[in-house]
Amino acid sequence: MSSIAVRTRGRFRGGAGLGLVAWLAGIVFFLPIAWMALTSFHSEADAATNPPSFTAALTLDGYREFFGAGGGASPWPALINSAVASVASTLLVLVLALPAAYALSIRPVKKWTDVLFFFLSTKMLPVVAGLLPIYLFAKNTDMLDNIWLLVILYTSMNLPIAVWMMQSFLAEVPVAIIEAARVDGARLPTILARVVAPIALPGIAATSLICFIFSWNELLFARVLTGVVAETAPVFLTGFITSQGLFLAKVCAASLVISLPVLAAGFAAQDKLVQGLSLGAVK
Amino acid sequence: MTATTTAPVAAPPTPTAPRRPSPRLRAWVTRAPLLPALIFMIAVTQLPFVATLVISFFDWNSLYPDARHFAGFENYQEVLTDAALRKSVWTTILLTVAVVLASLVLGLLLALLLDRKFRGRGIVRTLLIAPFLVVPVAAALLWKHVLYNPEYGLLNGLLHYVGGPQPDWISETPLLAVEASLVWQWTPFMMLILLAGLQSRDQQQLEAARVDGASDWQIFVHLTLPHLRRYLELGALLGSIYIVQNFDAVFTITSGGLGTANLPYTVYQTFYQAHENGLASAAGVLVVIGSIIIATFALRVVSSLFREEVSRA
Repeated sequence: MSSIAVRTRGRFRGGAGLGLVAWLAGIVFFLPIAWMALTSFHSEADAATNPPSFTAALTLDGYREFFGAGGGASPWPALINSAVASVASTLLVLVLALPAAYALSIRPVKKWTDVLFFFLSTKMLPVVAGLLPIYLFAKNTDMLDNIWLLVILYTSMNLPIAVWMMQSFLAEVPVAIIEAARVDGARLPTILARVVAPIALPGIAATSLICFIFSWNELLFARVLTGVVAETAPVFLTGFITSQGLFLAKVCAASLVISLPVLAAGFAAQDKLVQGLSLGAVK
Repeated sequence: MTATTTAPVAAPPTPTAPRRPSPRLRAWVTRAPLLPALIFMIAVTQLPFVATLVISFFDWNSLYPDARHFAGFENYQEVLTDAALRKSVWTTILLTVAVVLASLVLGLLLALLLDRKFRGRGIVRTLLIAPFLVVPVAAALLWKHVLYNPEYGLLNGLLHYVGGPQPDWISETPLLAVEASLVWQWTPFMMLILLAGLQSRDQQQLEAARVDGASDWQIFVHLTLPHLRRYLELGALLGSIYIVQNFDAVFTITSGGLGTANLPYTVYQTFYQAHENGLASAAGVLVVIGSIIIATFALRVVSSLFREEVSRA
């Protein structure tokens, strides 16, 4: 995004005032998160006051509680399940999407745009469209409460996005370079490793991060298809839906810890985030 | 099974051209890398939907499996005439339209602000993106317990300072409470798309307009808005596709109560708690029909942006 800074050389009339407005807007939008972070470091008694206690003493009790110190269920199994489901499905997406993107960009099949749009149209089919048959199928094949079922479903959820993004990244590799390498006698694996990979790698990395985020966030499939064994982090969070006396610091700690991987992945993929979310339509 | 329907002929032995590989074989070699992804998608997304379609024509409660029988359009009739279900159709529309419009307008304002150069723009951009990067369930919990709580929530805490009222946000304005949390999460999404649109404007054209003495407002109305139109459309349509399907916020903030149950929540409840498989499927098919209507427009917008990119390259 550094190129933007260079490109916008707008006039500065009223610039300072509007800059201040932008800062205010940024702070207002960030305030709930900042407040969540602060509350997570307060004691439960200080977290539940009106007016709010901004300067109360800081403590790690909320985090200790969340990690099961107070006798509650440990979040670790859910966190590990989420990590397995997100990482494994992202890897499976890469294995399936990379060859497909290759056949849609570098050596395109006939009518490749139609194929690309087929992938996109599957993304527009809502989750509830297939939820019940998938549930019945899982029940009859003993796949309920099995993390690998989520891996398969998350792969299908992210594959269209990945194919679209990868297609656009691979299309950026100049055909002339590939042809030149071929004329020099390089074989396909060499071309892929030495010519295509260096150019497409940043895009592939961003795609993986975006797939990871969507899998980590998913609730509906996980809620319906998992139970005690394969429960994911968002399902663990739904345990906090009903109030349990004084528990604000614990909720804040839990929400923050479970959101951390997404925040990290999101900021790492910031530049390509729009492209992924708009399914490659916006660059 | 799907492989045979999509790829009917797997490179038949061709009698012609014995030395060089036949064109048909070569076409299949080109196609081969595509097939695993295609077959996977058809098997995991299209087949279940076909099953949903079939089940939607049956009267089938999973607690009484023996009473299952073909029911024609009865389930659809029930979905459309049952007061609670009809209300959830209406709630879905209301929720989607309100959230998309509000976040689109806010996103546009923020994008315009961020398109200017000012001190700390990178930091402000990061602050603004953050809400989108909170796990949706966590964001919903944050609004439900930490902001909306009538006794010690931050909103009433801040109102307390100015001597304002102390409303119980979720029970007094349940749908608005869900909408506000979604607008907070989706405004950054709209902002990012519109910012990309703003930054793809023709800088020379803007410069020329300025040299000719056009005011900021004239430039905005006559150059920026027409250019942004398709980005606005894209944001609205993608936002609709995601928000029509929203489950997390409704499930977490109100558990579908107080008249906030949208169709995805209703489908979930109908089969997961009421075990009415046929009815749930019919409601699911209705969600799909709604999505297809939106998606047809969305695909058109995406394809026009896409063709522009391809022709530019």
